[in-house]
Amino acid sequence: MATEAHAEGATGYIIHHLTSLTVGEGFWALNLDTLFFSAVLGGLFVWFFKRAADKATAGVPGLVQNFVEMLIEFVDTQVKDSFHGKNKLIAPLALTIFCWVFLWNFMDLFPVDILPLIGSLMGIEYLRVVPSTDLNATFAMSISVFCLIIFYSVKVKGPWGFAKELMFQPFGPWLLPFNLLLKLVEEIAKPISLALRLFGNLYAGELIFILIALLPWYLQPVLSFPWAIFHILIITLQAFIFMVLTIVYLSMAHEDH
Amino acid sequence: MSINATLIGQMITFALLVWFTMKYIWPPLFDSLEERKKKIADGLAAAEKGQEEMHLAEKKAKGVLKEAKEQSSEIVNLAQKRANELVEASKDTAKKEGERLILVAKAQIEQEKQQAKESLRKEVSALALRAAEQILSAEIDKTKHQDILSKISNQLG
Repeated sequence: MATEAHAEGATGYIIHHLTSLTVGEGFWALNLDTLFFSAVLGGLFVWFFKRAADKATAGVPGLVQNFVEMLIEFVDTQVKDSFHGKNKLIAPLALTIFCWVFLWNFMDLFPVDILPLIGSLMGIEYLRVVPSTDLNATFAMSISVFCLIIFYSVKVKGPWGFAKELMFQPFGPWLLPFNLLLKLVEEIAKPISLALRLFGNLYAGELIFILIALLPWYLQPVLSFPWAIFHILIITLQAFIFMVLTIVYLSMAHEDH
Repeated sequence: MSINATLIGQMITFALLVWFTMKYIWPPLFDSLEERKKKIADGLAAAEKGQEEMHLAEKKAKGVLKEAKEQSSEIVNLAQKRANELVEASKDTAKKEGERLILVAKAQIEQEKQQAKESLRKEVSALALRAAEQILSAEIDKTKHQDILSKISNQLG
């Protein structure tokens, strides 16, 4: 896509905005912008929560602690609603996913040109600021979740139990190949749907912001304002969906049929 | 936009974030939440217990008060009774003492009366004797009527 980025006009503008800053070639190329922004946002999340965790008291909470505790309770409720086993990983995992994805998505609400403009002033040609519009970011997360699903499926049900579930459900041993196919598709669909849902929503949202940015200046606020408000809902919702589905998938992995 | 090594980098970042959250963020915050929950529950329970205890204490205090009132009225009644008894007794003793004093006085009077009678009689007899002596000295010879004189003297004495 980098070659097309030099095209002129509206197409060029759009493509320019959706091109990552990369180093390296082929598979070993790295999207520096995605890595940078997600690391910074992750650091922000960790810093903010660590600060609250260090000051956490059982007494009267401060403003920051209140906010953080609200999130913790929210995530904990979600986890307790759908996950009944005992696992120390799931709640922190869900919290991390929710906050990190939300912060990724939040980058979408910055005006589409401002960060690339700052970047270009510093000599950076391409800059894609929303990590969740990068398939690498969403897939990295969903594949990690997928690995956890497989790990816990094997750990809880045992290798043979998990294999049995793959082969003999839902239609019994007589339809073994069909069961296996169905189960494999079901399992593989999990990370793909997780990643693509987030990516698709945010990519489309970003694209619409870019399209709005192409309109004459007097039309832009009329469109981008309602879209931004609507987008606040979308970014929260997508972060929430990613988190809840992760919890649900992991609780399914823990359930023995 | 193709999948590339960014994926691996992102996975590493993700793993680090999850590890950090699990190790340093979730436990203290969650613990403080749980602790606060427990504190609040304990506080509520303590408040309820305190209220119950207060009710009990009130009841007890009422009981004690009632008992005290009963006791005090009893004491007052007893005291009144005792006072009445005392008054009656003192009246009695006063009466007896009075009677005794009267008796003593009467006895004294009687005695004095007797004494007076005695001395009077003695004086009268002496007078009579002297008068008789004077009369008789003129008429009677002392030696002659010695018998009669001593008889009379004896009768008077």
